[in-house]
Amino acid sequence: MATATAPATSRPQQPRKRLDVRKTLFRMRREWSAYLFLAPGVIVFSVFTVAALVFAVYLTFHEWNILQPQKPFIGLQNYRDMLHDEHYRRSIINTLYFTGGSVPLTMLGGLVVALLLNQPIRFRGLFRTMYYLPVVTPFVVAAILWKWLYNSSYGLFDYYLLKAHLIDQPLLWLADKDLAMPSVILMSVWSGVGFSMVVYLAGLQSIPGELYEAAKVDGAGAFNRLRYITVPMLRPTTLFLLVVGIIGSFQIFTQVFIMTNGGPAERTTTMVFFIYEAAFKFYDMGYASTLAFGLFALLFLVTLLQLRLYRKGE
Amino acid sequence: MATLDQAQLPPPTVPQPQRRARRSAPEGNRPEWGPGRWVTYVLLVVGAIVFIAPMVWLISASFQGLGEIFSQPPRWIPKHPTTTGYRQFLNLGHLTNAQRGQGTGDWRWFANSAFVAFSVTFLQTFFNAMCAYVFAKRDFPGRNAIFMLFLATMMVPGQVTLIPNYIITKHIPLFGGNDILGMGGHGWLDSYWGLIMPGTVSAFGIFLLRQYMQSIPDELLDAARVDGANEFRIFARIVLPLCMPALAATAIFTFQAAWEDFLWPLIIISSPDRYTAPLGLALFVVKNETSWNLLFAGSVMSTLPMVVIFAVFQRKFIQGIALTGIK
Repeated sequence: MATATAPATSRPQQPRKRLDVRKTLFRMRREWSAYLFLAPGVIVFSVFTVAALVFAVYLTFHEWNILQPQKPFIGLQNYRDMLHDEHYRRSIINTLYFTGGSVPLTMLGGLVVALLLNQPIRFRGLFRTMYYLPVVTPFVVAAILWKWLYNSSYGLFDYYLLKAHLIDQPLLWLADKDLAMPSVILMSVWSGVGFSMVVYLAGLQSIPGELYEAAKVDGAGAFNRLRYITVPMLRPTTLFLLVVGIIGSFQIFTQVFIMTNGGPAERTTTMVFFIYEAAFKFYDMGYASTLAFGLFALLFLVTLLQLRLYRKGE
Repeated sequence: MATLDQAQLPPPTVPQPQRRARRSAPEGNRPEWGPGRWVTYVLLVVGAIVFIAPMVWLISASFQGLGEIFSQPPRWIPKHPTTTGYRQFLNLGHLTNAQRGQGTGDWRWFANSAFVAFSVTFLQTFFNAMCAYVFAKRDFPGRNAIFMLFLATMMVPGQVTLIPNYIITKHIPLFGGNDILGMGGHGWLDSYWGLIMPGTVSAFGIFLLRQYMQSIPDELLDAARVDGANEFRIFARIVLPLCMPALAATAIFTFQAAWEDFLWPLIIISSPDRYTAPLGLALFVVKNETSWNLLFAGSVMSTLPMVVIFAVFQRKFIQGIALTGIK
């Protein structure tokens, strides 16, 4: 039987200079079952990823309104519009604001909790579960809950802040131009700390204990051990959380949709929310696709920059 | 010490590619109660209370009537516990006209969510594993090219394919009134097909599983081939069982993501009886902004499956994060 023949390793490793068509066809026939295994995945992937990407590029060169029968080719007009779109620029700034606030805070919070939990203490599992619970809460639920907490007439935050005499007037939170984004950030930190805690815990447990013992013998105090062993050893973990965190926060949508709907005065209109509006409120699919590529380009740059910085630091 | 004991054990015959998450505190240290320890506990407890308080409020408020929810000071324990919020949100049992006027949800939203999430998880796990297996363990023309194509798309954020996918979904041939060229009807829009199919393959999942499967020794598969097992048997009887930890970990995350998914259902679903739970809940906020008792009840019910899964598979969760995150 074809499948019961030679194992993979015995085949020639050297790539041929001349493509031997007959040999390739023979190998394809012999390994036919491999293509059968691939088929379902590759079909779905071809339609919803490869074709979608090609189509997305095509859309950016067209004025494609879903309600209009005519979808004319307009060259680079969408790209020119994007570069001069003040609202889009506004949404980029808002997204950067959100990322710059939520990612560092989430990581720092996660690190602190992980360091506290990495000691020999009782109820570790219970604590871990409690900090992780917001992570398993769906974003829609978290957003609804926090929308209530922020409510200025009967929300819990204003009630307790007023009671503690920390504020004299109820804060407007999500309805306040300057407070809206910090409010969204705070909610996102709450729902993200548990994840970075678990990742940091895994990172902490992979640090060999001998390092700490050696440092102790050399007379290093707790702070120095943290500074010179823990933090450097956690570098890969930190980079991972940073990259994943930034990618995730650039795509923030659900919280904004439910809590603020982009307002007040576009202060919380993030890039994905803006793209969503362009595509499904104004039905301008071509322009929305262009904006999505703008998001992609920005993400790509930021990720590249981080990896570069990481390598330089090594 | 435990580590020494383990070092002296003979290595297992089939190497387990993954380390088990350690459960206990670092060995050799037993909990002690010095002053530093107390500070740790106080910090942890205060932090935990802050983190858990919103959830406690949510659960408590979901059993309160509308009047009680709005009462000041906030009531952390309902004085007159009621399940009206739940019944109204599920649209089950006897409801008065006033309650109906306040707006109702639909129990089908949860059934839809469960159906979609289970389908996506099952199909994706299966499709991913099949692809990962041939990428890891078979040698055939085009393997590297196809695999590179999968890898290359991992960087692309979902928003880029979101808009074209909406149009593609609309033009799936022979579905939803479409002709063979995909014109004339609405295709997979507003259908379970549209909710499920785009999520049934994940480049990232394939990548993870492939890494994992590479640690299965070739000799094992070759031995099975010599014994006359065909490729499908090898996959089902050897590869899948050996990959159970990785499959379980990725399946849990897939389920969670599918249950939570919001943007895609928001775009393609328009009939209320096909809403998923997050979509129904979110659009309920937009429509009936003041019916907080229903919203809280719906929120609790949307969270419950996630919490149950987390509680049951807690170890796998942590393993999964270690597996997907860092080595």
